[in-house]
Amino acid sequence: MTSAIPAKTTTASPAEPGPRLDTGRGNGTKSGRARKQYSDRTRAERRLGWILAGPAFVIMLLVTLYPILQAIYESLFRFRLTAPDERAFVGIENYIVILSDPVWWSGLWTTVFITVVTVLVELVLGFALALVMHKALKSVRGLLRTAILVPYGIITVVSAFAWFYAFDINSGYVNSWFAWLPGIDENLNWFAQGPTALFVIMASEIWKTTPFISLLLLAGLAQVPDELSEAAKVDGATWWEQMRKVIVPNMKAAIMVAVLFRALDAFRIFDNVFIMTNGAYGTEVLSLLAYRQSISRLEIGLGSAVSVLLFLCVLLICFVAIKLFKVDLAGTQGGK
Amino acid sequence: MTNTSTRNKVLWAVATILVLVYALFPVASILATSFKSPSDLTSGKFLPSSGTATTSNYEQILVGDAQGLFLSALRNSIGISLIATFIAVVLATLCAYAIARLDFPGKKLILTTALAVSIFPVISIVTPLFNLWRTIGLYDTWLGLIIPYLSLTLPISIWTLAAFFRQIPWELEQAAQVDGATTWQAFRKAIVPLALPGVFTTAIIAFFIAWNDFVYGISLTSTEAARPVPAALAFFTGASQFESPTGAISAAAIIVTIPVVLLVLLFQRQIVSGLTSGAVKG
Repeated sequence: MTSAIPAKTTTASPAEPGPRLDTGRGNGTKSGRARKQYSDRTRAERRLGWILAGPAFVIMLLVTLYPILQAIYESLFRFRLTAPDERAFVGIENYIVILSDPVWWSGLWTTVFITVVTVLVELVLGFALALVMHKALKSVRGLLRTAILVPYGIITVVSAFAWFYAFDINSGYVNSWFAWLPGIDENLNWFAQGPTALFVIMASEIWKTTPFISLLLLAGLAQVPDELSEAAKVDGATWWEQMRKVIVPNMKAAIMVAVLFRALDAFRIFDNVFIMTNGAYGTEVLSLLAYRQSISRLEIGLGSAVSVLLFLCVLLICFVAIKLFKVDLAGTQGGK
Repeated sequence: MTNTSTRNKVLWAVATILVLVYALFPVASILATSFKSPSDLTSGKFLPSSGTATTSNYEQILVGDAQGLFLSALRNSIGISLIATFIAVVLATLCAYAIARLDFPGKKLILTTALAVSIFPVISIVTPLFNLWRTIGLYDTWLGLIIPYLSLTLPISIWTLAAFFRQIPWELEQAAQVDGATTWQAFRKAIVPLALPGVFTTAIIAFFIAWNDFVYGISLTSTEAARPVPAALAFFTGASQFESPTGAISAAAIIVTIPVVLLVLLFQRQIVSGLTSGAVKG
């Protein structure tokens, strides 16, 4: 599987066993003739590699690197689209304005809160779902997997509306269903106060994205050798001990990747907040703050600065995850 | 023996039902809402009251006064998502083939870039694009959404396809050549059939992601010229200001959910393997 030698030249040199080495930089053990042939081929292969992979690489840079550089540049200007003549270089003033504004900090804490809570809940729920799917009888396994994919496929906006209408004081049924619970009655307006609004926002986020995490965990579970848990069972380990000492440690990589990806995703939360509260009552998240600054208020300078800060937060999360948990993303993801 | 297996069966039935309810309840909820008449919307009940269930919400968005708004958004969503998916899959196929098959420096750089792009906060891209698109005239056009959609669809396509292509036994090609096939024949007959399912799965996943986009949709469009469905739903205000758009939005939500659910039903096995092989493969 690792032999990637172009077929035409296979007769010239025998296929190497094992993984290929990067022999491009000279190979002293080969004869002059062989080395020349080899490096010609290597060069052709390298060129072909970049011809094939280059366009995708360039486009990825164009659609992300260019905008972020542009955002960094624009964040250094006082620039309102409604008053283009007043554009002026202000250095880091935009950043000072933002970082000294409580709106930024409350947005940051709300975003962090949503991220931490949803990822924790999703991890537990996703693991439970993965276990159910893993152990399920053959007859229902397909059904379960199909069902669990439904939330994954549904548009976030649709999911946001589904949850919104269910809890909404006018069109909802949740209030009348759960009126017996203390604190809930016909007149509870879930979206008129921060904590209850956040609850619904997080519930919809959790519903929509748990399938992703549970599929990753299911793949992780499948990679734990059956013999390990069998052996543990023979040794008299309880179910809980098997989980804690055998299963979970053996799928640490899958868990880490799932958590990191979900955390980064949750940190960008936007759609359901926009639909349900549009950031009112202390539910404003950082993405929404950036959106309001640049797209609604046309404050390109300030909006760019918020975008850059959000980008830095994401970088920080990655950095911490990689340092703290020693996640080798490229490695775990099958990178070479 | 029979006792435990009966108990097991009951337990599994309960677990299965719980999972089904979890996965499908919100969909059922919005489906029920989509059939409620305006007067029934505030009933506080899950199902439409008996005798008042109506298809008027669907009529409103498909043939009624909200028709133009919804159908144009649907057209935009389908067109833009399909084109973005197509471009991403073509480019990613070439790229992933090179990564899985050829030896060239910078492979790791490409994969890392793809990873970095996929964790990029979309909103950080939107702000500069908003300004740039207005200047060069891409604001509120199909192309103005297709290009940024590549930032969503391309990285995951590369990762998923690279994982797929690594599993292909490339020796088959050589074997075919030994049997007398030309290079192209060998590639087409031996490799393409093995690669196609992966490419197809990747296309479905990329399409889901483009179909799901909201931030680009609301930020880079302003009219029916390019506004996709999710954005149109968010800005849909109803036929008149006295009529709440709840029913119409629910109906529209159901209509855009149907193709997704059909895709999931048809290709669930491939989607699961695609998602997981792209993400975790040791």
